[in-house]
Amino acid sequence: MLEMTYAHYVWTHLRKDLQLEWRARDSINGMLFFALLVVVVFAMAFDPGAYPATTRQISGGLLWVGLLFAAMTALNQSWAREQRNQVLEAQRLVPAPASTLFLGKALANFLFVTAVEVILAPVFVVFYNLHILGNAWLLLLILPLGTWALVINGTFFAALGLRSRNRELLLPLVLFPIAMPALLAMTQATTHVLTNEFPPNLWIKVLIAYDVVFTTACILFFETILHAE
Amino acid sequence: MLRTPISGVDRRPRTIKYSVVKRSSTMQWFGPLWLVLTFVALGIGLYEAATAPREATMGDLYRVFFYHFPHTILSFVWPYVNCFASLAYLFLRDRNKQRAQAADALAVASAEATVLYASIGLATGMLWGRAAWGIWWAWDARLTTYLLLWLLYVSYLIVRRFSAGGQTALIAAVLAIFAAVDIPICFESIRWWRTQHPAPVFGGGEDAGIDKSMVPAVLWNVGAWLMWGLLIIGVRYVVERRKQRFQDATAMDFLNGGDDTAEAA
Repeated sequence: MLEMTYAHYVWTHLRKDLQLEWRARDSINGMLFFALLVVVVFAMAFDPGAYPATTRQISGGLLWVGLLFAAMTALNQSWAREQRNQVLEAQRLVPAPASTLFLGKALANFLFVTAVEVILAPVFVVFYNLHILGNAWLLLLILPLGTWALVINGTFFAALGLRSRNRELLLPLVLFPIAMPALLAMTQATTHVLTNEFPPNLWIKVLIAYDVVFTTACILFFETILHAE
Repeated sequence: MLRTPISGVDRRPRTIKYSVVKRSSTMQWFGPLWLVLTFVALGIGLYEAATAPREATMGDLYRVFFYHFPHTILSFVWPYVNCFASLAYLFLRDRNKQRAQAADALAVASAEATVLYASIGLATGMLWGRAAWGIWWAWDARLTTYLLLWLLYVSYLIVRRFSAGGQTALIAAVLAIFAAVDIPICFESIRWWRTQHPAPVFGGGEDAGIDKSMVPAVLWNVGAWLMWGLLIIGVRYVVERRKQRFQDATAMDFLNGGDDTAEAA
């Protein structure tokens, strides 16, 4: 029998999720349209065209709040299919480490949210007449780091609340308080790049630290919550 | 009425259910004694706070400090209890069910105490802020971190309420550890973000500290509110343990083929 490594297991789970998403395109389409609606709603609320300096100040926050809400719609659904098809029960029987299932799912969610960002970020710049004053390429670092911070804990808490009542409501109630330092770091870093008033380095470091700490915690505890009962 | 027990299951007399929740003789005198001592300490604390000399700049307004300080300080202590109890639960879960349940009961009790003390800390802080700074709230480092601490433990209690029966303890324990890991990151990042709350009164540099004449009032109040906190945690712990035993007994009764669960309620 072919010996499979940890990476192989993760890849198998990831490939399955990507294939399913490719066929149905539920998560990305849903998130994309939702995020677009949030952008329009914010534009109605704040009138970004009238005050360019203010818009630059608040755009980082608006982008992340929109992404956060959009990601929530996909994260809430991310385990529903596994639960329907008894994948979680099957995972208990196979010799593969449970954390590979989790990492595969987290990576898939990460790619979906990233796909939304790739489309949404230019839309944001165009709709809000943004003129980025800082190093725009730093956003290529900040966006994935921030997305991973949201997705890693989001995927974990979605699994944590699987068997509870009010599952859809529970995820934001748990995720928002825990993700608060990450939200602070990603909005601050993005705003600093947009306004070029301060270097965003410190906040990028906070994001890296948050990502490392919670990726470790999630991998350590996933098996425990999977085998709950 | 005749019942057919499932073979191999010991059908013990119903009275066993009530005998396990009987209080030990030590608790019978220790609890009331602790309650009396707590009230005495709270009384002395109140007297000391009321009779301590007026403060130079704030006058009598500063007296809220004797109430605000113990609550905030102690609301940073209970989360440690919660974290250790949660770790103990995860460790004991597959080893000793009784002790694991006891750890879980302690985790609930300490989380509720955290939310209670932090709510009082926030409320007294806002009253004081309104009187001293003229505003109810400022998004400064200390206030924001403290609000986040409150939010984390409220979310912990909500998760406990929402999750399904058998897994509540496990899910809550994992979440408690995530919250405990989050607090230092929160603390540091918010400190970098904002730095209106005065520097710590104790251990905050040369100008920090309080006049010697105020020390007894601070110590009595911290001590008294600590005793009060331990008392309510103790009471909540006992109530939670009884609830667990009652649930276990009801489940056993059900397994033994009893259809008289209504009688047990």
